[in-house]
Order: sequence, then C-alpha cells, then structure tokens
Amino acid sequence: MSLEEQELSELKSKIGRNPTSTELQIVAAEWSEHCSYKSSKRHLKMLPMDGPLVIKEKGYDSGVLDVGDGYVVTAHIESHNHPSAVEPYGGAATGVGGVIRDILSAGTRPIAIFDGLRFGNIEKDLQARWLFKNAVTGIADYGNCLGIPTIGGEVEFDECYENYALVDVAALGFGKKENLIKNHAKKDDIVVLMGGATGRDGIGGSQFASDSLESEDRSAVQIPDPFIEKLIIEAVLQARDDGLIHAMKDLGGGGLSCAISETADALDIGIEMDVDKVHTRESDMHPDEIMVSESQERMLVVTSKSKLKKLEEICKKFHIGCSVIGQVKFDHQMHVTKGKKTFANLPTDVVANATLLDLPSKEPTYLKTIETEKKFKPVSDYSKTLMKLLASPNIASKIWVYGQYDHEVGIRTVVKPGADAAVLRLDNGKYLSAKIDGNPKQCYINPREGAIGCFEEACRNVVCTGAKPIGMLDHLQFGNPKDPEIFWTFLESLKGLTDFAKSFGIPCVGGKVSLYNETPSGPIKPTPVIGVIGLIDKKPSVPQKISKGDCLLIIGDTKDEMGGSEFFEYIHKFVGGKCPKVNFDDSKKNMKSVLSLIKNNLVKSVHDCSKGGLAVAVSELTMTNQIGCKVSLDKVPGDKLDVDRILFSESHSRYLLAFEKKNLAQIESLLNKNKVSFKQIGQFGGSDIEFSNKTKSIIKLNVERTRKTWLHSLPNLVLHGKK
Amino acid sequence: MKVGVVVFPGSNCDRDMYHVLTDVFHLDTEYFWHEKGLPKNIDAVVLPGGFSYGDRLRAGVIAAHSPIIKDVRKMAEKGIPILGVCNGFQILVESGLLPGVLLKNESLNFMCEWTNLIVENNKTPFTNQFKLHEKIPIPIANGEGRYYVDDDTMKKLKKNNQIVFRYSKIVNGSANRIAGVCNEDGNVVGMMPHPERAVESDINPVDNKPSSKIFESLIKKIGVEN
Repeated sequence: MSLEEQELSELKSKIGRNPTSTELQIVAAEWSEHCSYKSSKRHLKMLPMDGPLVIKEKGYDSGVLDVGDGYVVTAHIESHNHPSAVEPYGGAATGVGGVIRDILSAGTRPIAIFDGLRFGNIEKDLQARWLFKNAVTGIADYGNCLGIPTIGGEVEFDECYENYALVDVAALGFGKKENLIKNHAKKDDIVVLMGGATGRDGIGGSQFASDSLESEDRSAVQIPDPFIEKLIIEAVLQARDDGLIHAMKDLGGGGLSCAISETADALDIGIEMDVDKVHTRESDMHPDEIMVSESQERMLVVTSKSKLKKLEEICKKFHIGCSVIGQVKFDHQMHVTKGKKTFANLPTDVVANATLLDLPSKEPTYLKTIETEKKFKPVSDYSKTLMKLLASPNIASKIWVYGQYDHEVGIRTVVKPGADAAVLRLDNGKYLSAKIDGNPKQCYINPREGAIGCFEEACRNVVCTGAKPIGMLDHLQFGNPKDPEIFWTFLESLKGLTDFAKSFGIPCVGGKVSLYNETPSGPIKPTPVIGVIGLIDKKPSVPQKISKGDCLLIIGDTKDEMGGSEFFEYIHKFVGGKCPKVNFDDSKKNMKSVLSLIKNNLVKSVHDCSKGGLAVAVSELTMTNQIGCKVSLDKVPGDKLDVDRILFSESHSRYLLAFEKKNLAQIESLLNKNKVSFKQIGQFGGSDIEFSNKTKSIIKLNVERTRKTWLHSLPNLVLHGKK
Repeated sequence: MKVGVVVFPGSNCDRDMYHVLTDVFHLDTEYFWHEKGLPKNIDAVVLPGGFSYGDRLRAGVIAAHSPIIKDVRKMAEKGIPILGVCNGFQILVESGLLPGVLLKNESLNFMCEWTNLIVENNKTPFTNQFKLHEKIPIPIANGEGRYYVDDDTMKKLKKNNQIVFRYSKIVNGSANRIAGVCNEDGNVVGMMPHPERAVESDINPVDNKPSSKIFESLIKKIGVEN
C-alpha cells in the first residue's frame, strides 16, 4: 500500500526533494487507482458529457441536470466492492453513505437510492448467501435511517463473483437551481470539517480498493453511522439555505488528503491545515493517520470567518462536530502542520493529478471461440423449464430485497419498485424515472455489444414508464487493468457506451471506474452497470391493471441471440453463443413509438423483454396482474426460429404492450407509420400462462401457482437454503 | 387552528407530514425542535416517523426523554389530540403515554409494504369520520412494529375500546393484529402505518380517500380557520 518505485521517483523529481512520511501517505492515497483514475482517465474523455440540460460547475462530485421551472436533479453512482467483499454490512452501508454525500455536496437533497448487487452462486455457495444477506441489511439499515427511499436496483448471481461482491449504489438529488453550491473561495476564507470524528477506521481504504483482494483487511473498511449522516444532511441543507457555504466536498476515498488537495486544485487555491484542529475519535492519532483515515460522515466546507458563528450554531443544534482546520491561501500549496511543525507541503496540482497511464490492450483469446454453440439435449417439457427459470435466483422476484428498503419515505414514489423503472414525482409537476442495469453474462461474451445492451436495457426500462432518457451514469467494473486482455474489454465497453450515448444524444452525467476486481479464481466478468434517468412531463398513465380481453403485442424482432442468456447459462450451464446486438435505428424507432403510444394513452402497461426472454417477460406481466394470457409463438416477429429460441432469446429493443382491444387499430396505424416491427401475439384472460406454436401447446402454467413460486423462491433460498 | 409537528434528531417523516397537513389539508402547521417547548395555543400535536437517535438502545426510547415530551404529556392530560406515527408511536409507548411496547417484527426484518387497516374505534379525534370496521389501504415501513401487551392490559384495552386500528391480516405478528391504539381518554393515538404516505392519489396505488379521513377527523375535531 504505497507508491510504486517509478511513482516515487516521479514525485521526488516533481518536488525536488525526498517526501516526508506524511507526504508519502497523502500522495499514495491520491495517486491510487481509486482516487486518481490513472488507468482509465485518458479514455473516459471519449464519453459525451454535455447536453442541453447538463449544468457544469467546478468541483462537483455529482452530475447536475436542469429539469425546468428552476429545479435541478443531481445524480451519481459509486461502488463499494472491496469493502463489501470483506465486511458486507459495513461495506454496503458506507457505500450508500458516500454517494449520498456526493449528492449533498452540490447543495441538493438526496431523494432516491438505487442498488446493484452481485454475488456468487447462492444456490451452492454459503459465503455468497452470507454476503448477499448482510449487504442487503447494510443498505436497508443505512438508507432507511436516512429517510431516503431505496426505489430500484438489481440483484444478480454469477459464479465469477465467487468469494467477492459488487455493491453499486446510485443516488439522485433534487433542489432549486439557485441553491446549487457555486464552489468558490475568497481571500481569508476558512476550511471547516463538519460531522463525525476522525478515527482509525478505513485507513488506507482507497489503496485497499486499488489492489486485488488478497488479505482480508477489515481495518480498511469504514464503520457506518447513518444517524450522524442524517444530522449532517439536515445541517448542511440548513447552512446552504442560510448561504453559509462557499465550497463543499465530501470526505470519501483518501479522506482528508483527497478532499483537501482536490478542493484546492479545483478552486485554484492553496490550503493550509493543522491536524491538531481535526476532531478525532482517539487522542493519539499520528498526522499520517488523520490525513488518510476514511472515517465516514464528514464534510469539508469552505466558508468565511464572518459566517462561521452561524455555521457553528447549526452544528451545535444537531450535536455534530465542527472544527476550523485550516485556511485558504493563494499559493497553490497543500500545507499540513501539527501545531507549528510542518508535516507536508506539496503543490496541489502534483497531489491531485497523478500521471495518467497508457496501458496496453489486447483482444482476449477466449473471445475467438466464444460464439460457437454446442449441441444441447432437447427440452422435453417447456413448462418445467419456464418454472425453473422463474424460480432461479436471477429471475425470481426481488421483493424480499426491496421489501426491506423503505421505498415510500419522502412521499414521491409514484411507481414502486418491482416495475420496469421506479417513478418519482417532482415539485414542478414533472416526473422522474430511473433504472440501473448490468449484464456481465453478455458483456463477457461481447464486451462492446454487452455494454451497449446494458445501456439500451436501462433506457427501455425508463421508456416503459413513459419517460424520455435525459442522462446516463456509467459504472465500469473490471479486473486488473494491467492485464492487457482485461484492459481491452474495458476499452471495448467504453467505446460501445460512447457510441450509443452519442447516437442517442444521452449525455454521461456521472460515473465511476472500479478496477482490480479479482476473486481467488480470477477476474470478474466485465461488469459495466448503467443508470439512466428519464423525465416525464405529466403524470404517467402506465401501468394500469390488465383485465380480461386485453391484447398483448410485441414490438421489436426476436433474433437468434442466445449468448449470455439465462436459458443457456442457467438451464444448459453453457457459457457462449452469439451476444444480442442492438440495432441503433430499430432501437430509436421502437423507443419513440412506445413513448408516443403512452403519451396518447393507448396502452395500459408496457414491459421490457430482457432476462429470460419473451417467456419470462409475459409471465411477469401475468403474475403482477394476476391474470392469464394465451400467446401464439408462431406470430412473434423476427428470425425464423425454434420455439426454445423464440421463448428465451434475449434480443434487445423489444417491448410487450398490454392494451384494450378498442385501441388496436390506432396502435397499429401508429406503429406502421413509424415502420416498426410488431405483432399482436396474445390475449389476456383465464388463469393460465399458455404458449402455443400454431395449434401445438408448448407451455401451460397456472398463474397463481407460478406467482407463489416466483415470489417465494428467493427468500426460501436465503433463509432456509432451499427453493 | 394550529398543529405542531415535533422534530427529533433523526425524524425523517416530519417534512412529509408537514406537507400533508399544510398543502393537502390546509392546516396551520409549525415544526417544533425537540429541545424547545410547545406553545399553549397548540390545538393538536403530531409525532412523525423516522429513526430518532438512530433507533439506538431501542426505537423511540431516547426521544421519550427529550425535553419536549414534558409538554406533550401536559397537552395529553389536557385532552388535546396527539397522533404518533411509526417512530412517533414508538416514542409515545416508550414515554408511557400509550400502553404496550413495539417489538421487532416476526420476520426480524424491516418491512415496507402496502397493507389494509380495519378501524376498530371511530370515536377518537383521528377516526371520527370513519364507519366502524372501515378498511384503509396504507403502507407500513418499520423494523420494530410488532405490538405487544400482557394479557391483563389487553383485556383493559378491549374493555376501554383502546384498540383503534387492526391489520386485516397477519402482517408482523402484532398481538391481536393491533396496528394502532389510544389512551384511556382517546385523545392520544399511536399507529405504525403511515397515513401521510396514503392521502394523495399520485402515490397511493389503491384509494386515497379512506386514509384522508384520519386528517378530516382531526379537522372535524379542532375546526379549521383560514
């Protein structure tokens, strides 16, 4: 956990002397992969980050989108993978805490949390089950206590995460544009540390997260205290209302080292600080420890001397710590003292800007043969196969997870978790929709098309609620970037995301890169997770309850794209095949058509076709609406395929629409006009899910029985070890 | 007519409750920080939900010793309507203003879901607009919401008509499916479900009219002035 030799000599030549031990600690934290993005930064620039709604301000940790009428939405995504793999409860909880403070830093109130969780095979692996259970409790205990609703996310299990965990947390904030913190500093301004005391937890956390996980270094994991975080949120927002904050930054990875150097660098100033002024949990902490501790629930605030008294009063009201630790200088130095003695004195641009790497990349050899399929034993009973998929951990209902999260607090949640995307009401009468999606199975088979698929799936989910995508968050999680084959998969995913973002005009408003995600048996599969934010102008008319006689229509072609599908991987235990590919033109046409059908009130419910394919998507509609449906597979548009491929292919850009029969003609004419591929494939009614091919019955399952299995299999597995 | 919303460190439904009282029911509402006192001219007091003191020790137990509770107690004795929701209910039982305790849910998990309440007492200031046994669709969100009293107290509760709301089916293992109770005089009511999350059609997927009657009952009791 220190600088590499070449980095050390670079530091020496930049400052012209040997660094002190405190300086070494500071630079090692800030130059870690986690804080500096040294492997990825030069490539991340390819993503489009501007757009008509994007508001840019220096020093923001979150993206800001203008949603009209003087209001803004902020968004950010983070992960806490390494800590969660060692201590899932604290790791996941502090992951929530960190991203919430990023939202707060811009001066907006956090209004929603999303979680993407990934673990090993919980059917076999007890460690994975333990990690899963405790990560969920960690998120629940933290988010619930803050009173911020957790309204969406995803849970996935794959053997590539054995003995490991991916815990991604995204958050949204909301506020008035005029209340955004315009980060700036004036002469004689002071630097204040607000919130929890600095202790010995999370020492070296950012370096820990920038390494492969070899030893279980629990002391590097931060300790959560959601109660303090809640007090900080209220104190900061009150200070914001009173105009007491000139600039603000949350303390995350790298602790004070990063917060001080990055604030100074962003504001083009110097900061002089005294570690003796920092309120600490223990009395004998060394300056090095104080500078790199990642104790949670702390905010760095730049304010003026005249405003200090009011700020102190607010902190006193909430009983949170408030220490003046330093002052603003105009020498571009980060000067750390203990009393009168200097422990570090470094140029801020040296600290805040690690030398960027240009790592080599090479196409992985495994990709050369990955598309080749093998011969499978024919399925004898598709009803059984579908039931097995609906009970599988990746597809089974996640109500056991989101039922533990308060998803109603804040009284904004219009569309609750469990639907395609959650919808929140905003104070200006508009509605916000958001979803995060990942698909490591497809990304492993084709890093570029897989990543695009995640992006399109998140868009589809948001579109299903009637919202137009306005911004995207990307979280890129890969193994050791020094392996050229892994770095190649990173670059391919990034290029794919960039192409999609540019073509669809969706700016990237925030993101995160997490590398060195390695398990004892090797790197994780490439796991980009994409969050999409959408906006709806008036109250969404979907979803409405589906009733007897309503029609089922599919938009989009079903193709021979079985690679990475649950059918191949879960049923046939086969990794490989052709990865689903998004056709940008079709994707745009389909999105546009769905949005106008919803806008014209022609449909009751729209559902995206993804994991488990058409068979699972239809089943989900029937189970959530508690009504049967008869589907003719021979009518499904697309390639001419065998029934198993029609049922379970995970081709993108497909939507299921449920609507009243009387609207059929109008819907068909709109879709024909837009030159969309579509077909009415079924009708709702009865109490069974039925799929037939011409006259032959393929699947027949009772909705209620299937629903029970789908609802209960995940809790049964987690709590009792069986489905 | 003035309604006070008490704010403890860690309250997190105070803003939601304030919004409902002011924007939906047009009541003159004011926040009161737990270290302050309550003015004499208050006509009703609401203790909102949240995690006062981070639920440390036990939900509601520290807040029950806040300075403001002295005034809440005085108001309760004077017969002023007092409503505790979720953590507010937990604070009322911990301060002895309501009987019973709230234990961890049977599942041992935090539970957030929509459920149905049955009105068992329509004589309180928060239920006077209901028909007896009327059904209210409403969400719960708590980890410690399982109501418990000993057998003797349960008998008293029944005799004095102190059971205000029951769940229509078993939700969390509450004794007698109790979701809300009142004091002997009926002016102090505590309930685990969140009425403030159910009175607007935008966010209520079932029917927002029944839960609205909780606030309409209060208006009936204390009158409205514009």
